[in-house]
Amino acid sequence: MSNETLPSWLALTQHEVMAKASHDDVARLNFLTHLNVHLSSQILPGVREVYEQEVKPAIIEATGSEPQDRHQIRSAMLDHPYYQFWSALRRNTMEMRHQVGRGVVLEQIEDIVAKVDALNQGADTLELDDALPIPDNVGLVDIHCQPGCYYEEYFPNDVTVAASYDIGLFVTTAGLLGGLSDGGGQAIAKWLKEQQPGFAPKRILDIGCTIGHNIVPLAEAFPDAEVIAVDVARPSLRYAHARAKALGVNNIRFVQANGEDLSRYADGSFDLISTSMFLHETSHQSMPNILAEIHRLLAPGGVCLHLEQPQYDGMPVFEQFMRDWDTYFNNEPYWGPMHELDLAQMVADSGFGAQPLEQIGLVSLVDESIFGKRSAGDAGEDYGRAPVWNAFLIWKAA
Amino acid sequence: MKATEKISLAAKKAKGARPYFLADKQTEQTLSMVMTLAMELQVANERIASLESLLVQKGVLSQGELDAYQPNKDEVAQRSLATQAFLSRLLRLTQQGKQEMGENPPSMEAIQAILTQTK
Ligand SMILES: C[S@@+](CC[C@H](N)C(=O)[O-])C[C@H]1O[C@@H](n2cnc3c(N)ncnc32)[C@H](O)[C@@H]1O
Repeated sequence: MSNETLPSWLALTQHEVMAKASHDDVARLNFLTHLNVHLSSQILPGVREVYEQEVKPAIIEATGSEPQDRHQIRSAMLDHPYYQFWSALRRNTMEMRHQVGRGVVLEQIEDIVAKVDALNQGADTLELDDALPIPDNVGLVDIHCQPGCYYEEYFPNDVTVAASYDIGLFVTTAGLLGGLSDGGGQAIAKWLKEQQPGFAPKRILDIGCTIGHNIVPLAEAFPDAEVIAVDVARPSLRYAHARAKALGVNNIRFVQANGEDLSRYADGSFDLISTSMFLHETSHQSMPNILAEIHRLLAPGGVCLHLEQPQYDGMPVFEQFMRDWDTYFNNEPYWGPMHELDLAQMVADSGFGAQPLEQIGLVSLVDESIFGKRSAGDAGEDYGRAPVWNAFLIWKAA
Repeated sequence: MKATEKISLAAKKAKGARPYFLADKQTEQTLSMVMTLAMELQVANERIASLESLLVQKGVLSQGELDAYQPNKDEVAQRSLATQAFLSRLLRLTQQGKQEMGENPPSMEAIQAILTQTK
């Protein structure tokens, strides 16, 4: 596929529990995908021009110095009509995605729930806990403007929010995550296989798995491993479990639990612990607890791997400002605070001791014949939404 | 769940303060309508394209026949009128603004004052 055209939403792998989209709904999802790409490729470059040509000189004139931080830039840019209009369009496109996605899912929710129930029936690999509270970092706002976030339920056994997340992610990522929205997990699995050839984890833990997009490829890469995937969101876990089964993956146990307290698992009982696009949705309160649990749970010689966007430190302030859009305008309030943390210090404080934080660059691994070729350069200008990640690796001393 | 409940649930607001970027909320609401209408227009275009493909596949039309179609004189005239009527609907408020100029109608309160005078 050439880089000039985008794949259709129908290129996604239509697994058994995925919502089916009619002709017109596919057209809607494709339209919104194109709109997102248009906004980032055609409209967004103007935001930088407006900054360079008008806003930055005005800041320098008013203060006598270069813009100091991303907050100063944001407050000045919010007065500029170009930035206002781009932002209004970007926010509205996100809201349209959710309305269309939820509409498609709700129309057939009874059928989806029946399929999910049938796949989950009697399985001991799905452990739900009705009493587990939703922590503030998940419950205070609906993250990325997704109504109901990851956890709301509208009737018993509901999976609306999860099914809608599964079909809508394509719209925001334009297929860059591949047929099963798992390009990140695929990239991690490939890296482990190629770069750590002797590494064969017996037990793997994934924290904040949502519907399992990125843990499924790891479970497939290590079919003999026992995989445990935890999340606090019940409908997401139900859907995740059924989706894994539908994909023929049977070595994952999905558990409703809070990553801050995994005391049900013994010290040193995992060789690999992963999180994918998770830390930026935690909080200053929960992240130290989660890192400490990871340290306790890792076996000596084990590794934990966090797939995230790069930290702000050392980035030009304009880029920081652009990446921060989601923090304020897409209901991702912890995105900015997390990206300015001193991760090495936090990791040291959580029990690992001082050690250089190993970082590897990963690019979403997808079927290029369908989804096109991605390189760091071509997607890098989308400031935080491109599937080009830094993975942070932390080894526990053997 | 009733179909109408599903429609409202699909349109549920995300929890959290909604930022408004434009000069006022009404403008932003209008933008949201415009973008949805743009989406539906593209959806309709794709539906027409699919219909055309099916008609070609089933042998009702030949490939390119629709693109090459030239409306006859009557059709051209009928379409011209339809286009004018559409533009008039689309730009009604703007056109009425032109009618407003130079008008100086009494306010509703002034009319009310007349209508509520008792003998
Ligand atoms: C951005 S999503 C992660 C995406 C997912 N890892 C994937 O690969 O697609 C964040 C998830 O973390 C979960 N979460 C947040 N805080 C948590 C906690 N303290 N314990 C467990 N799960 C948590 C949320 O419910 C949500 O499903």
